[in-house]
Amino acid sequence: MKPTPIAVILAFAVALFLLLPLIAVVPVSFTPARFLSMPTDVWSLRHYQALIDNPAWLQSIWLSLRIGILSSVIATLLALAFSLGIWMFRPWFGNLLFGFVLLPMVAPPVVSAITLYFFLTTLSKVNDVVAYDTWVGVAIAHAVMIAPFAVVMVTVALAQVDRRIDLAARGFGATVSQRIFKVILPNIKFGVFTAFFLSFVLSWEEIGVTLFITSVDAVTLPRMMWMGLRDNIDPAIAAISVILIGIVIAVILLKSAVTFKLSRKT
Amino acid sequence: MKSDMLKPALLLGPLVLFLGLAYLVPFLGVMQWSVTLPEPGFGQYGKAVSDPLIQSVFFRTFRICLIVTVCAVAAAYAISYVWVRGTPVQRLVTELCILIPFWISVLTRAFGWVALLSNRGLINTWLQSAGIISEPLTMVRNEFGVVLGMMHFLIPFAVFPIASAMRSLDERVFLAARGMGASRLRIFWSIFVPMTLPGILGAGLMVFVFALGFFITPAILGGGRSVMIAELIYLRIFQSPDWGLGAAVSVILMVFVALLLVLMLRFVRPNKMLG
Repeated sequence: MKPTPIAVILAFAVALFLLLPLIAVVPVSFTPARFLSMPTDVWSLRHYQALIDNPAWLQSIWLSLRIGILSSVIATLLALAFSLGIWMFRPWFGNLLFGFVLLPMVAPPVVSAITLYFFLTTLSKVNDVVAYDTWVGVAIAHAVMIAPFAVVMVTVALAQVDRRIDLAARGFGATVSQRIFKVILPNIKFGVFTAFFLSFVLSWEEIGVTLFITSVDAVTLPRMMWMGLRDNIDPAIAAISVILIGIVIAVILLKSAVTFKLSRKT
Repeated sequence: MKSDMLKPALLLGPLVLFLGLAYLVPFLGVMQWSVTLPEPGFGQYGKAVSDPLIQSVFFRTFRICLIVTVCAVAAAYAISYVWVRGTPVQRLVTELCILIPFWISVLTRAFGWVALLSNRGLINTWLQSAGIISEPLTMVRNEFGVVLGMMHFLIPFAVFPIASAMRSLDERVFLAARGMGASRLRIFWSIFVPMTLPGILGAGLMVFVFALGFFITPAILGGGRSVMIAELIYLRIFQSPDWGLGAAVSVILMVFVALLLVLMLRFVRPNKMLG
């Protein structure tokens, strides 16, 4: 049963709705004016220039990269160990634990934000490394928020593994660490990489929690954009948005091309 | 026997401990704020449910979330239908249109709507230069902009459970219906829609739950005029500090979302949403 023309028209209307705001950013980024507007006669690159000239933008990008890498390493390692534990030992309380570690993902972001605000402001009283408005503090908070996603990704990857190969290894007397490193990990390495990548992207663009736990020192890229969006809208936001949209489209097209090539090989 | 317990604990322990210390304990701390600041007792909860201003914020949040849920699920249904059952080219195009926005940050997407809808944005500039309107239409800093922005964010999320429900259908059912003389419209309304109902309900509940905690999009597109619950919490923590009230509203929101999630699990198997 193929879709009727009406169904196709409706679907493409939705597709257009989804793309339209992304397209609208492009002309705005080339405006010569200092305020948000459409370029009329002259197209200008001044807002792209501003991204390079203003060190605050580069600093925020560098900060977001550091936070993204630290938080996704922490989240992926913890999630990997946890998912392996559930998959290999299948404890009777596994479902309960699974539900618990997914909490930060299902709770409203603003509730997580106030919770992590409490966490970091409390820690600020006893140290100034993992604290409010520090980069390590933000990375730890991001790790809390993205760990559930990493757990889901690794668990999905593990669900594809044939249990019998692990049973065979066990039958031949492999230890738990041999089973993990020699049998299971080689089978899920792509899933683990996906979990790491997704975690990094989620941390890189995290804003809801970041707003609550930073003020003037740990200004991540999304926080920087937020500041430019609140009052008088700075067209530099359009320029950075165009770059971010470009990166996403490039990665998705690359991935589609690779999947297409792989599907032709087999 | 001892090592049998030790090894799972070594694997499961770190994450559980980490989230216990960095999430569960602080959440209990927030609950403690809600009953101790500024004075011990349940006064803040009383205020949260009786203050007319806060009541109006709750009421507005529900209204916006309901509108957004209905519109987003309908739109997601339309695009999922072609994504699952269209020709290969249609499938590729719809897939890209679902995935690209999905991976772009909420800030960029909210800004895209500002660029599209604001007084000097794309739509107003075009309409004015075409001579259709003389004064710019006000489309942001009001509920209209908030609803569009939230829909845009939530449609891709609604697509996944709906598309997975559509994929799991047995094609022979439609052949049988056709063989017995049902029209295409009849097949769609009497068979296709009822069979995908669990996906629709699951998507609807998920979108509603997400929408309730929404903060960034309403803050940018609402321009402080149509404040929703999440923004209210932010304002109570940072702008007119009343931590106790912010914490109490958070706890109420959390309890409400937990109830909705329990309801949601009855419609969508979590493992189905991932597939």
